[in-house]
Amino acid sequence: MADATEASAVPARGMSRAAIFVAATRGRHGADWTDWASYVYLVFGTLLMFVPVAWLALSSLKTQAGLDQMPPTVLPYEPARAALPGRPGEFPLFRVTKGDHAGQELAEVRRIGLQAQMVDPAAPAAVIRVPVSDREPVMRLHAAWDNYSAVVSRFDFLLYFWNSLFITVVATVITLLFNAMAAFALSKYNFRGRGTVFALILATLMVPPTIILVPNYLIASQLGLVNSLWGVIWPGVATPTGVFLLRQYMLTIPDELLDAARMDNASEWRLFWRIMLPLSAPALAVLAIFSVMWRWNEFLWPLVVLSRSENFTLQLALNSFQGELTTSWNLLLAMTVLTLLPITLIFLVLQRHITQGIASAGVK
Amino acid sequence: MAEARPLNLVRMMAGRGLAAAYAGTMNILELPMRVAQRSLGPGLAWLFVGPNLIVFSLFTFLPIVLNIWYAFSGSTNLLPSQRPWVGLDNMRALLSCQNHFDPSSCQRDLFWHGVYNTLEFVVLQVTLMVALSLITALALNKKVIGQGFFRAAFFYPVLLSPVVVALIWKWILQRNGVLNGVILSAGGTPFDWLLDARSAFSWTVFVSIWAHMGFYTLILLAGLQAIPRDVYEAAEMDAAPPWTRFRRITLPLLMPSFLVVVVLALIRAVQIFDEVFVLTGGGPGTATTYLVQFIYETGFAQQIREYGMASAASLLLAAVLMLLTLAQLRLVRRGNG
Amino acid sequence: MGMLRVALTAIALAACLAAPALAADIRIACYSDANECEVTQDLAQRFMQANSDIRIIIDRVPFKAIQESLPVQLAAGQGPDIARTTDFGAIARYFLDLRPLVKDAAYWDTNFADTLAWMRTDPNDKGIYGLPTQLTVTAPIVNATLFEQAGVPLPDTKATWDDWAAAADKVAKATKTQAGMALDRSGHRFAAGAISYGAKYFAADGTPAPIDDGFRAFADRFVNWNKTGVVEREVWAATGGGSYRDAFEDFANARIVVYYSGSWQLARLQNSIGDGFDWKIGAEPCGPAACTGMPGGAAFVAFKTTKSPKEVARFLDYLASEPVYAEMMAKTANIPAHAGLQKSGVQYDLPPAAKEAMAQFTHDAGQIVPLAYRLQGYIYSRPIFTATVARLSQAIVGELTLDQALARIQDDVKTAVAAAK
Repeated sequence: MADATEASAVPARGMSRAAIFVAATRGRHGADWTDWASYVYLVFGTLLMFVPVAWLALSSLKTQAGLDQMPPTVLPYEPARAALPGRPGEFPLFRVTKGDHAGQELAEVRRIGLQAQMVDPAAPAAVIRVPVSDREPVMRLHAAWDNYSAVVSRFDFLLYFWNSLFITVVATVITLLFNAMAAFALSKYNFRGRGTVFALILATLMVPPTIILVPNYLIASQLGLVNSLWGVIWPGVATPTGVFLLRQYMLTIPDELLDAARMDNASEWRLFWRIMLPLSAPALAVLAIFSVMWRWNEFLWPLVVLSRSENFTLQLALNSFQGELTTSWNLLLAMTVLTLLPITLIFLVLQRHITQGIASAGVK
Repeated sequence: MAEARPLNLVRMMAGRGLAAAYAGTMNILELPMRVAQRSLGPGLAWLFVGPNLIVFSLFTFLPIVLNIWYAFSGSTNLLPSQRPWVGLDNMRALLSCQNHFDPSSCQRDLFWHGVYNTLEFVVLQVTLMVALSLITALALNKKVIGQGFFRAAFFYPVLLSPVVVALIWKWILQRNGVLNGVILSAGGTPFDWLLDARSAFSWTVFVSIWAHMGFYTLILLAGLQAIPRDVYEAAEMDAAPPWTRFRRITLPLLMPSFLVVVVLALIRAVQIFDEVFVLTGGGPGTATTYLVQFIYETGFAQQIREYGMASAASLLLAAVLMLLTLAQLRLVRRGNG
Repeated sequence: MGMLRVALTAIALAACLAAPALAADIRIACYSDANECEVTQDLAQRFMQANSDIRIIIDRVPFKAIQESLPVQLAAGQGPDIARTTDFGAIARYFLDLRPLVKDAAYWDTNFADTLAWMRTDPNDKGIYGLPTQLTVTAPIVNATLFEQAGVPLPDTKATWDDWAAAADKVAKATKTQAGMALDRSGHRFAAGAISYGAKYFAADGTPAPIDDGFRAFADRFVNWNKTGVVEREVWAATGGGSYRDAFEDFANARIVVYYSGSWQLARLQNSIGDGFDWKIGAEPCGPAACTGMPGGAAFVAFKTTKSPKEVARFLDYLASEPVYAEMMAKTANIPAHAGLQKSGVQYDLPPAAKEAMAQFTHDAGQIVPLAYRLQGYIYSRPIFTATVARLSQAIVGELTLDQALARIQDDVKTAVAAAK
């Protein structure tokens, strides 16, 4: 509670100072302690938000052996290996910690129970026996990019990527068009039943999609949409959020603009796509962002509708590999990173527009 | 500069291409729409609402109606025509308890575990989420250096899919996970985070806040930034203490955004499912089994699919959501009026 | 204009008529324990070369999709022509009877008698609903290297579950391993122990009655082992509900000493452990009533909704033929469900350790008691298994007492069976 009080006092003071003297908190007189508290809070929060993802990304470059390493490392290390003359293959290197050979780096040829048979790479003829507790693995920095190539080659990654991309793009275009048309009518025409339609659409905001999963599946199957990417696209295009958001925005566009165009004998359809849509661009952008986010991450509905592996989206693939790959977190992590990468890249490029857009839409 | 020019050219060409495609497509529809306008007159509005309404009817209204039918009919058949009417049997089975405060005394104990867990989750999660979003928004509103960066950082997890979020945290929290690794290397004793009921519950609250907080922060931040500065100047002249200023000025002016956040967070929290399902599967025991998971498992994951029971539970959930929303609307009206 | 339309319609019609004559598509929804789908794909490739009128498409799906999505798809009249599943009860009503379609029904009857019964819904039913792709048996998989290091001898053929638990615990303590034992989170694995301790699962009149003294005796042990850490607690306790979770990862990373799973893990054991440590298959742990594992196995089942029943039967006939079936068993490292091959033996091309494991599995399979077959073949075995897992997990984490948990299992099974009728 104390925290809330302090933090909430901050903007009032900050704002008023800012109003009088914009640079005040940027260190002209030195910041006051509430500024420091904010920075500490924000930096801490940022770390909390980013570190798990960043660590995951770094760890996706570890080998399975590197992941099993306790305590975990930040950077991808893997046990070093060495080739031995006269023996095929490579052998893991260990540093001996105790006994006659303490400090030496030896290659382990074989492990039998608690004894390791080791060989000095410099003098490979002699086999040295070392208790396993008296040695530790030599680690070296190594980015295991093969995790990624394994994921891409072993699991039709490109196909899943294409499916996800197709659904996301097509669904977003249709969503924008349909929702904008509905919002246009709801905001600019006065027709009987308008209130009812609007209320009905809003009421569905509260229906969790999980709840209507079964009947939805039934309907989709009657329409022949099962096992087709369109079966994922269609049910979600009539978003209540989108209609609401666009309607609220379109209400702020003055009717005079439309009336002027009507004077020039433009059709209503023309008014819609030449005037309303371009003027609603900010709200449309927000909806587009939402739609991309929803579609790219959609999980439960595709899980039910798409049962053929050639139709899988990235999220479905990730989920099914989660079951199959419990023994290889290295591949699972690589797959996870590949799944979150596209949306992260979009975010990096459009970050400012996205955050500002959503913020402004939320208030309206 | 020399390098930038071809890039700009590409961008311009792409823009032109898109614009041409847009105009072309829309122009194709021009003729039929003109005909429709002439013949329909004022009914044209329905043509605009139409596509959206058809999809809505098919994939939202119709399923809701079917859902009601499922709730009052029995058997494991999926086709509505093959399901016999059983009246209130499903509801009665769900609600029958010896003692409603002790889930394990109920006929459908898992349903009641789901109800109580969801209730606790909603109260805790929404309170914390709103409080933390507000604090973050207030801190961000301080014109800090790097505001854009911080804002983006807090928002980033919102973009991640539930499966990804759950996998990230599973990897961190499992017994041989990263968190225990860090604790071990710091000389502490590892703890089974997802094996202890209280701990697992708290982590589901934390993870869901982690994943969604950025969204609410943005809305609140926008609300704060929309408060005109001169209001504060006036207050400063009155030499009001900071807490009073917050309560008297910031909070009332922030109220609309604040209520939007509370309503959205509530509706979202009641429907919690995906992340938790992948992260804990509802365990340990029933500690993180929430209502939607009960519905999902009853209707989808069991060999004997009790669609009727699942639908009955979802109707009850819908009723609660309806009440919540109505209460919120009331509050908003009173706040505005 | 008119002519053009007629011509186009004619072409479209011709195309429609011609299409089925060209090729019948057969969709197989396939989940893998290890490489079953890939091997089937290879065999299908060969089959298609000889039968150009049939096109076989194999969809690799996770086991979860077979359990959860497939029944809904079938109920809505969608779904594949064939699916590989272990969960027969849930979808038995959609099965296609292959008896009139296969070349030689007597061949199927003699060779797959035991396992064909699992796909039938009642004793009078004589249908052939699919091809069993394996016979599996549950058995303890042992980390022999850890046993060796601890200097503890492997439990012998007369060892009880108590002996196994004690030995595993001793090894775990001596070698600082995380836990002694783990069972997959599955009521099927649990049933092996329960039957050995005298659980009957059925009342005299044939209705399910899972809770009796035998069940209680093993449940009591199992819950205690979880509480004392003899059994790896995370496997059962970390998840809720009745969902499946295996403990393979723990075993492969040498975090447990004894892993009670089954013969379908053989290929995975070979591939993921390699020479990491020595692993062996143990003898079936005993109880006062028996020393039995649970049988099991997936089958390719055919569905009524298929548009090409004849082609489906032809493909399954091909897979069932002795040389092809033998090849499938050899490549997937499975015990055949085929009686002829069980007698004559399959030539496995396996490294010595796996060969030895295969021999032990085959031996363990011979020890399965009739009750275990009956339980596995019972149409509502899955509700029993699911309830076992869900309720015992609650007892393990302390939400319910053992008595409450057992009472709930009884109730859950009763409710489920009632709902199904």
